[in-house]
Amino acid sequence: MSAWAETRLWLAQRASAAVLALCVAVHLATMIFAVRGGLSAADLLGRTRGSVGWAAFYSVFVIAVAIHAPIGLRTVAAEWLGWRGRVADGACALIGIALLVLGARAVAAVML
Amino acid sequence: MSTLEVKVWRGGADGRFQTFPVPRRDAQTVLDVVTYIQRRLDPTLAYRFACRVGMCGSCAMTVNGQPRWTCRTHVTDVARKDTLEIAPLANLPIVRDLVTDMREFFDKWARARAQFQPTKTRRDDFARIEPASPARRAIDVAIECIGCGVCYAACDVVAWNRDYLGPAALNRAWTLANDTRDGAHRERLAAVAGDAGCHACHTHQSCTERCPKHLTPTASIAGLKRMTALAVLRGEL
Repeated sequence: MSAWAETRLWLAQRASAAVLALCVAVHLATMIFAVRGGLSAADLLGRTRGSVGWAAFYSVFVIAVAIHAPIGLRTVAAEWLGWRGRVADGACALIGIALLVLGARAVAAVML
Repeated sequence: MSTLEVKVWRGGADGRFQTFPVPRRDAQTVLDVVTYIQRRLDPTLAYRFACRVGMCGSCAMTVNGQPRWTCRTHVTDVARKDTLEIAPLANLPIVRDLVTDMREFFDKWARARAQFQPTKTRRDDFARIEPASPARRAIDVAIECIGCGVCYAACDVVAWNRDYLGPAALNRAWTLANDTRDGAHRERLAAVAGDAGCHACHTHQSCTERCPKHLTPTASIAGLKRMTALAVLRGEL
């Protein structure tokens, strides 16, 4: 892969990491806060359904994961398994797409 | 006078350690130990050294598992219960005994475009560079590399990715990337970007921890990451 493309991947992973740092902190803090007095699935869905704010937040979260994880896995595959090249790149891209689809489904399930 | 038990690597990659008894001396360096073995115990021992005063960078070896410059490493600082284990540098092919083949190490300097590319001739006036300028200061903290290969042997990423240029070549490229007289800025950034270049560094800082000159190749590589990222965003790479 060209220096241009590799640098862009590196930038994308760093930028998505910055987004994830914020998203994970908000996600964990919200979960701990929301369930402190006990919370049922129905209560949770009652708060999330129709909420544009939470839908936007978790959509950004899912997109950041779908960008960040496959780039990291590509490096792990290259360094630990010695698996490099187009097939490895394609496999990691597929994992990214799968994360995006699964994440989008989860967001839709609790927001719509 | 006590005696050191010194295990020394013999042979090539499939070699083994051979043990030698070496008398302890005051202010004895690891290079003194190796020299004693070759001159008094086994003249067939192959090792490499030149200046003996920490300038030439040719005597680096693995001492008790860590890469070190042996001429400036005192036995008292590294011996464990009067034993030493001396092996060739890691991450480089072994020629014989304690001698490694440094070609790939220096070839990577060339691949990183770690040579000065002049933009003026001898008929031009001297370049004027403000000593306190940020670029000159960035060069100052990275310029004293002696090319010993200790950082390269200490680097995990070199072990995982044989194409990785390594800390020394990238550190040298960083000094040139900050040299306002140099004319290969864009080509060098392209050479050091990517999977075999600065972006492969995981910031483990083994190079910085082990550098005998107390340089910080990790900071130089981070500087190259910033510089290449800015170049991409500006459409210059």
